[in-house]
Amino acid sequence: MSRTPGRSTSTSAGSSWWLLLLLIPFVALLWVPFYNRFDPALFGIPFFYWYQFVWVILTSLIILLVDSRTREVDAADRDDRP
Amino acid sequence: MNWTAITVFVLLFGLVTVLGFVAAHWRRGDLTELHEWGLAGRRLGTVITWFLLGGDVYTAYTFIAVPALVFGAGAIGFFALPYTIIVYPLVFLILPRMWAVAHRHNYITAADFVQGRYGSRWLALAVAVTGIVATMPYIALQLLGLQVVIGAMGVGTGGGLAGDIPLIIAFVILAAFTYTSGLRAPAMIAVVKDTLIYITVMALVIVVPYQLGGYGKLFAAIPPEKLLLPTPGAGTLGQYSAYATLALGSAFALFLYPHTMTAVLSSSSAQVIRRNAAYLPAYSFLLGLLALTGFMALAAGVASLPEFAPQFEQYKSNFAIPALILHSFPDWFAGVAFAAIGIGGLVPAAIMSIAASNLFTRNIYVAFIHPNCTRAQETQNAKLVSLVVKLGALVFIIFLPLQYAIQLQLLGGIWISQTIPAVIFGLYTRWFNPWALLIGWAGGLVVGTWMAGTTGFQSAVFPLQMDGLTVPGYAALYALASNVMLCVVLSPIFNQARATRGSDETAASDYRFGLGSRQQ
Repeated sequence: MSRTPGRSTSTSAGSSWWLLLLLIPFVALLWVPFYNRFDPALFGIPFFYWYQFVWVILTSLIILLVDSRTREVDAADRDDRP
Repeated sequence: MNWTAITVFVLLFGLVTVLGFVAAHWRRGDLTELHEWGLAGRRLGTVITWFLLGGDVYTAYTFIAVPALVFGAGAIGFFALPYTIIVYPLVFLILPRMWAVAHRHNYITAADFVQGRYGSRWLALAVAVTGIVATMPYIALQLLGLQVVIGAMGVGTGGGLAGDIPLIIAFVILAAFTYTSGLRAPAMIAVVKDTLIYITVMALVIVVPYQLGGYGKLFAAIPPEKLLLPTPGAGTLGQYSAYATLALGSAFALFLYPHTMTAVLSSSSAQVIRRNAAYLPAYSFLLGLLALTGFMALAAGVASLPEFAPQFEQYKSNFAIPALILHSFPDWFAGVAFAAIGIGGLVPAAIMSIAASNLFTRNIYVAFIHPNCTRAQETQNAKLVSLVVKLGALVFIIFLPLQYAIQLQLLGGIWISQTIPAVIFGLYTRWFNPWALLIGWAGGLVVGTWMAGTTGFQSAVFPLQMDGLTVPGYAALYALASNVMLCVVLSPIFNQARATRGSDETAASDYRFGLGSRQQ
């Protein structure tokens, strides 16, 4: 994922680091051998299943966090609305 | 015939029909403008966008096919969950940017953007045709969802054309309200549909495990070879790489589908999309639970119950969930559940047909056939095409073997992925040459189709040989890799000749939202 060069300002560079958090779900879910196991089971539900369910919630929280840290002033979005 | 279920089903269906027509008056706009009819005026806020995108991504086919895959193949079918998780960081990063540039230039389709960005109507045509071809079988499969639940209520199981009459009625209704109300209809109906779906799935995951004696007993009843992915043998990555690449490749492909793009572009701001990226995983949770119902059907042993034998004969494992619903619930609730699935087919089918007709109108009709048409003529054309598209899907599902629709949908996923370089890379850089992108697209199509062909179009997983190691992976991703390679190698060569570069009507500031756009 390349960034358009020369578009970041110095203040924005700091907040862009938050975007790296979005990589975590990819690592957590695409490395299959890590979670393809039965134990530890939770209420009889194998690890394979509940682990992936937990990542639904974690991913949602990560996106909320990144959104709040990188949100722009909405005025910029509104000024050209019809 | 199950009259109680049929009555509930018909009542709920009648409700959404009324809603579909009333929707034309909702947030009133001039429906002779294409962005009003086809994008609901780009005025949908966070909540409606959430329902619309949810109704769009999690379709009737999803609700039938995902549990059916888990029921038949076990853990590998669960890839739908990681797929619909990792898609949202991508949505968050990429789609607000798409929204911003589309809003600035009144782009209705992804191909509109490609046309504007690269000044190449051939590349835009390639993107448009790929979108239409990938969408058609998808619409047909929504009908399959409807057909299965209608069959589950004991209607039309005898086969023959008479058995298809309920399906045809449902489709006429769908076609009529899409024609009059445009995207407003599925946006409004999606709220009802998703409410019913949430109720149904919640009931399933509470009632069925209770009847089976708890989740522990449920999982204990699943054969071990289905419960987890089998550990790969020597010299192969087995189902591990298949699982990961199916999840990743499907996530990449999802928002290239015209119906997803349509729903995204109809939202009222880029911030609506960012917020929805955080809230839409609620549907993923639901989808995961739904996938588990495949195991519930297995544990409940519905396939061996004699009363379901004829339907299993006709619909195969696609009947697993309807059978489980009939087996576990009273008839009236089965009616609610089947209505949820049936209406769950109408919403995406409406959005898909609108998206396909937007593409045809904007990027084929206006671009090649009738360049001087008025905006009202443009919209009228789109409305007519939406009827043709749906009629095509109906003919498809009634007269052709079901296997064709499933195989074409599988190929559609591979094909639509090949538009990623032209559309997504274009949001970030103008370095790629439109002719290189076009050749890359064609190369990707050939490679992907060939890979699927080696399995007899039965599977999208191709056993790639790498240095003595077999890496079974999603063909869409492998094809995309060859596509990107072609684009990277050929772009500098074509770029030597200025004439091939085309004109770019967008400016850097048009992409203000999303990754790399922090400045004001």
